[in-house]
Amino acid sequence: MNHKTKAISFSCAVMMAAFLWNAQSHAAEAGENAAPLMLAEVSGPNTFNLNLKKPKARNLPPAEDGIHDPENEATHSLQHPLEAYKGLPTSEFGNYVDWVKALDEGKLRPRWDRADPNDEPFVMDLDIVRPVKASVPDVVFPHRQHTEWLYCSNCHPAIFKPQRLANQISMSAILLGQKCGVCHGKVSFPIETKTCRKCHSKPKPADWQPPLSEATLKNPWK
Amino acid sequence: MSSKIKRNVLKSMIIGVLAYMGALGVPQPAQAEYADVVINNYADAAGMRPAVFPHWFHRIRFRCKVCHADLGFAFKAGGNKITMAKIIDGKFCGACHNGEISWSVENCAMCHSGNPGTPTHFHGSTVQRLIAPAYKPLKATDTKK
Repeated sequence: MNHKTKAISFSCAVMMAAFLWNAQSHAAEAGENAAPLMLAEVSGPNTFNLNLKKPKARNLPPAEDGIHDPENEATHSLQHPLEAYKGLPTSEFGNYVDWVKALDEGKLRPRWDRADPNDEPFVMDLDIVRPVKASVPDVVFPHRQHTEWLYCSNCHPAIFKPQRLANQISMSAILLGQKCGVCHGKVSFPIETKTCRKCHSKPKPADWQPPLSEATLKNPWK
Repeated sequence: MSSKIKRNVLKSMIIGVLAYMGALGVPQPAQAEYADVVINNYADAAGMRPAVFPHWFHRIRFRCKVCHADLGFAFKAGGNKITMAKIIDGKFCGACHNGEISWSVENCAMCHSGNPGTPTHFHGSTVQRLIAPAYKPLKATDTKK
């Protein structure tokens, strides 16, 4: 009896000591980590996480935008974006300017030719509807808005084969910078929840049903 | 025993608060314009600041076609291997930055205005935001200026 209680009390003491040692070493680790945290060369928080604070500042002047070097004298003679955006229609993403609308409304007159200010673009007005397997609205690709800015050879045939059903497009490819993602998500409007419906704009037909998965179709116990 | 545990807990709490305060001082990511391109293929190695290309500024004046179809710029940050020799020869930026359509190459610092050490990237691109943020943020001490 006496022997047993002794053993139990000993094991208790060992566990307690281990716990204390563990707590102390953890505290020491945290202390070590706290100091270099100030100067850590980390990237900014991932803005995709909605719980993190969103940047409030928009369209900062070059000297404050974090990419330009404020110690470079010429940085201060660069134009401020907000100065250039005056009077242009706004949007909620990217540069916060609706570039397509600005062009349509004639607020912008960018040149089609490097040297000739009177050259006009070759505009093709053709909408391509791409049915989407998932339940999100189908995609409508408008050639008009794209040919206002770009030439056929920019996309065809290297990025998109000019042929029906010849192009496999997925959101993961786009997010990784392929297909539409060659421009969208880099220079033309970004891929955010606010922009989904700019492409996914054609509602599904009223009688549309989601396709059954292969696992369901092949289910022998159905 | 219990007082020791209490002290430990208090200590870790203080450290936690200090770490949180430290995190507040951590620099925020760059807030440059969407689609600004930093081009640092050769600049850093040559002792120059990296070049910054503002898409927004050029888009107001020229359509995409001018550079990406006529001048042969590939749709890839850093994918054009632009050198000053090519620019002076009238290729890439030099097609306009020749003193005729736009200002000439002697204004080095107008393009070479990026923070030294910033890698080649598209600012604000989806790939950068979601997968591999590339910009080198300012140090915490720099933000207090």
